[in-house]
Amino acid sequence: MLSPVTDTDGAPFWEYAARGELRVQACADCGELRFPPRPCCPHCQSFASEWRPVSGRGRVWSYVVPHPPLLPGYAEQAPYNVVVVELEEAPRIRLVGNVVAHAGAPLNSFDPARLRIGARVRAVFSGGLPQWVPA
Amino acid sequence: MAGAGLKDAAAIVGIGQTAFARQLAEDERTLACRAVLAALDDAGIAPGEVDALASYTMEQTDEVELAKAVGFGDLTFFGKVGYGGGGSCATVAHLAAAIASGQATVGVAWRSRKRGSGPRPWTDTAVQLPTPGQWTRPFGLLRPVDEIAMLARRYMHEYGVTRDHLFNVALACRNRANQNPAAVMYERPLTREMYMTSRWISEPLCLYDNCLETDGALACVVVGRERARDCARQPVYVHAAAQGLPAQHHGMVNYWNDDPLTGPAWTAARHLWKHADLTPEDVDVAQIYDAFTALVPLSLEGYGFCARGEGGAFTEQGALEIGGRLPVNTGGGGLSEAYVHGFNLVNEGVKQLRGTSTAQVPGAATCLVTAGEGVPTSALLLRS
Ligand SMILES: [Zn+2]
Repeated sequence: MLSPVTDTDGAPFWEYAARGELRVQACADCGELRFPPRPCCPHCQSFASEWRPVSGRGRVWSYVVPHPPLLPGYAEQAPYNVVVVELEEAPRIRLVGNVVAHAGAPLNSFDPARLRIGARVRAVFSGGLPQWVPA
Repeated sequence: MAGAGLKDAAAIVGIGQTAFARQLAEDERTLACRAVLAALDDAGIAPGEVDALASYTMEQTDEVELAKAVGFGDLTFFGKVGYGGGGSCATVAHLAAAIASGQATVGVAWRSRKRGSGPRPWTDTAVQLPTPGQWTRPFGLLRPVDEIAMLARRYMHEYGVTRDHLFNVALACRNRANQNPAAVMYERPLTREMYMTSRWISEPLCLYDNCLETDGALACVVVGRERARDCARQPVYVHAAAQGLPAQHHGMVNYWNDDPLTGPAWTAARHLWKHADLTPEDVDVAQIYDAFTALVPLSLEGYGFCARGEGGAFTEQGALEIGGRLPVNTGGGGLSEAYVHGFNLVNEGVKQLRGTSTAQVPGAATCLVTAGEGVPTSALLLRS
């Protein structure tokens, strides 16, 4: 399985995730949230940023169900779901993830046939990665 | 007017290609040389006259290697365009701009690729893991098809686009490939049953929603308007050209802006039509980048052939077939002729305007060619 290879801008997201917190980068001057993290605010061009906690509640914006050929660790779990979740408090912030049966469950633990666009989900954490469970 | 200086200032006067196959024996550099020499021969221009080159950043054959091998003269312009298949039309556009601005006189654009027998790019975990890979790859969103399927699912949900609409795209391309002896899928018909019962690759996209994996190379020769009149072949003019990278766009995972379903095509189209004497209604035939079927209805919307959300319905009643409202991908496209990062679409556009396509649209005088949608893209409006 692939672990996130972080860059300078993204590292805090993963550090918070490892502690079980979902945080999103925000401009420290104008307050706009942005994702993915980057050096500078596209609204006001400020370089000052902070990491704002979010509720972890969201809705499924879209999803796919990959089938092989896939990298080995993923092929073993295929077919599984991958979702894009839009955050409840900031629908334009969309996170890629997986809906699983419970925190730490494998990628294929939630039947893709039960997925719906618009379905409510909430964030849980396992092994430093955010996952999503039905809310 | 900015951009107006390009209008019909340059023309494509030569095209060349190698065989297309799942597996070719020769390496990419050799294939590149063969395609470039074929294009120059078609144009009736000696290699020593070439002074400009353009290709994709993913092209492995460097300018220096090509120049040395083929025997070019002094080069005064060379550049490569990024974002995979989004760069195809831009290579020609860059040459046209260089020639129109006097930086060069004879340009060659090319793409050589061993995708059929070589490794698939998505299996290289080292290259793709940093941004944006860290936000997608650990979760098993691994391949380009997964990234585009995510947009396709949302698109189908929002606008009632169906698998039958996607099949219409796959079928039109396959039908044209069935007429094209050079196509990988020549004499291999596709049926609705084959499509509907094929294996999934990334739901909602199945096997036939995906382009081929092909070895092959193509090239074309671009010269200025005056020079074009003296060439052996009927010139195909670059009437308008554009690149498109929308605000807040992000690679191929275009989920992180306000409206992911208005992709780079919309940005390129605004510029393209602004600087053209033509409108979408004037387009006789189109070569629409088709790495995945879903990109075609999205592009039909982006380039203004129909309204937002109507791309699926546009494909009905044989609209994309010969004799339909807008024949597309008349060589078979990436889905059924060859997947060489869309360069075959450029050359097929030239064939249509020369009247030499294997699926000729009678009297075709204008052709839109597009590059990869979903990634920062480019487009050409060609006319005879
Ligand atoms: Zn700001």
